[in-house]
Amino acid sequence: MELRKNSKKDGLLTAAALILLFAVLLTMELTMKSTSILFTVLKKGVIYALVAVSMNLLNGFTGLFSLGQAGFMLIGAYTYAILTMPVAVKLSDSVYKYYDCAIGFELGILPSLILAGLIAAFFAALIGLPVLRLKSDYLAIATLGFAEILRAFFQWDAMGPVTNGANVMRQYKDLTKLRIPFTDIRFPPTLFCFLVSGICIAIIVLLINSSYGRAFKAIRDDEIAAEAMGINLFKHKEMSFVISSFFAGISGALLAMFQYTVQAAQFKSAMTYEILLIVVIGGIGSVTGSCIASFLFIACNEWWLRFLDESANNILGLNILRSGFRKVVFSVVIMIIVLFFSKGIMGEREFSWARLRAFFRDPFGLRTRRAKKAASGGEVNGNG
Amino acid sequence: MQFGGVVAVNNLSLEVNRGEIVALIGPNGAGKTTAFNCITGVYEPTNGQVFFEDSLIVANHPRGKMKKAYQGMNSEKYLRTKTIAPTPDQITRLGIARTFQNIRLWKSMTVFDNVLTAKHMRARHNVFTATFRLSAAEERRMREETLALLEEQNLAQFKDELATSLPYGLQRRLEIARALATEPKLLLLDEPAAGMNPQETEDLGRFIVQIKEKYDLTIFMIEHHMDLVMRFSDRIYVIDFGKLIAKGTPAEIQANPQVIEAYLGVADDE
Repeated sequence: MELRKNSKKDGLLTAAALILLFAVLLTMELTMKSTSILFTVLKKGVIYALVAVSMNLLNGFTGLFSLGQAGFMLIGAYTYAILTMPVAVKLSDSVYKYYDCAIGFELGILPSLILAGLIAAFFAALIGLPVLRLKSDYLAIATLGFAEILRAFFQWDAMGPVTNGANVMRQYKDLTKLRIPFTDIRFPPTLFCFLVSGICIAIIVLLINSSYGRAFKAIRDDEIAAEAMGINLFKHKEMSFVISSFFAGISGALLAMFQYTVQAAQFKSAMTYEILLIVVIGGIGSVTGSCIASFLFIACNEWWLRFLDESANNILGLNILRSGFRKVVFSVVIMIIVLFFSKGIMGEREFSWARLRAFFRDPFGLRTRRAKKAASGGEVNGNG
Repeated sequence: MQFGGVVAVNNLSLEVNRGEIVALIGPNGAGKTTAFNCITGVYEPTNGQVFFEDSLIVANHPRGKMKKAYQGMNSEKYLRTKTIAPTPDQITRLGIARTFQNIRLWKSMTVFDNVLTAKHMRARHNVFTATFRLSAAEERRMREETLALLEEQNLAQFKDELATSLPYGLQRRLEIARALATEPKLLLLDEPAAGMNPQETEDLGRFIVQIKEKYDLTIFMIEHHMDLVMRFSDRIYVIDFGKLIAKGTPAEIQANPQVIEAYLGVADDE
């Protein structure tokens, strides 16, 4: 009973924290300059958090080492861009300069977001049929290969009427024209990214905690036992792959929305590695870990370590700070994290209020350690 | 069943009747677990058939390269039947559950979740209703049944512990409980008493009889402990080098000179 009361209280606490977060975001966006680097980091951070969680669903919870995430983001981003681009723009020469656009209609933002996910999921279902029969490293290589094929396919000249070949897509709908309902205030874009990603991550968490989530974990822990207990391996792997790609597609669409331009060349395998890095740093098998790591990664990469790239910041006449030095420091930071948190920041655990309370009561386990020491010391004395 | 040039199980014909406890014994490497794996769909038998409740569930005959390479018996016998090669989960769905020789519990899950996850197969939900909690009643039912099952097996006190943190004997019992959660009619136990002392083995034997009565099961087990096999099984099959060398009641088997030569003579060394 005690436990249930606590979990109810914690649920309220989580809800309160989320409402507070959204309220803070809203006031910040309405009062601060929208070009602030903070918003860029927050937007990109939450988009990467979504794709990292979707990758974690696959790699951490189902045990499928897949590296196709950038490919599915690419599909999502392009679907969004193509569908929301106004017909007038499609017909003019401003984007489709060398091709005649074959898509003669436009859709709103929300339906396009969902379709971005669905089309990514559809491609995932097709790719999954041959690929998911492979295991571990082979699966990683195959998915990576398919992601590269997808990129090449979207840049292909023959696909030009749809994807504009290798050229940049732009002038599609973003949030600049969207207003908060019943008011004339511009809908804050960061808040929008947080809302969409938050809903998606919540759905993934619900899935992970459902019966299907347990089946995924069973496959991760022991495939042979899972199969012997009646869990259809292929069906569940395909399901996990498709759902993960659905959310990767949505995050790709959000990325396109927030960048205002999108180009297939951006979605290289290096992007998948970035996401993989976030998943590993956060902890394979931890949703909150992925979210925390995503914000840390983006903040370090785009903001906190920027000063290292500017030679104007050099002190004492040393000339080490120059463009690219940021990456060196960043690599060292990552190495330190991997060495000292070998299971990532969160390991396989999730954030919980109970753990936070325990942490404040007893930071770093000092008190327990002291108590243990005292207890064992007492024992020795007793024996002596 | 042939692996490369080795015929691991050859012309083995077994019959397990409803409500029986049947044991399969034989020296190490005789092909007992291979026989199990053919029944449960882990391996596709090279040549042969499996029937369950009067319907053909597994069937195969030498095909392709195996046609020439096949060295076992009855190579012509099953040529007419179509190949039926179900995956292990399909076999489990039919009502055949198994345990493993080397315990295969899901190691990151608690005792409770191990049993609960085995109930996934029989649950009436799909991924949408489960994710959005539209089938909450189903989930509640699964949880209640899991708890009831654990209480019956005297495992309820460990339900929130990690499955792998249990002592060895309880892990075996949990594996049986997990198999029971799939609602089987036939339970295949692969060396359930491996690594147990005589007292634990005795308890396990009674436990097996008890669950058999309670869940109306048929039990087919591989076992090395002769006291368990002789005391609790109705009939025994003995195989050696993949071939059946004897079958009969425990008394008949104990008196069979062939068995004593092939098996019981070796058993003292264990």
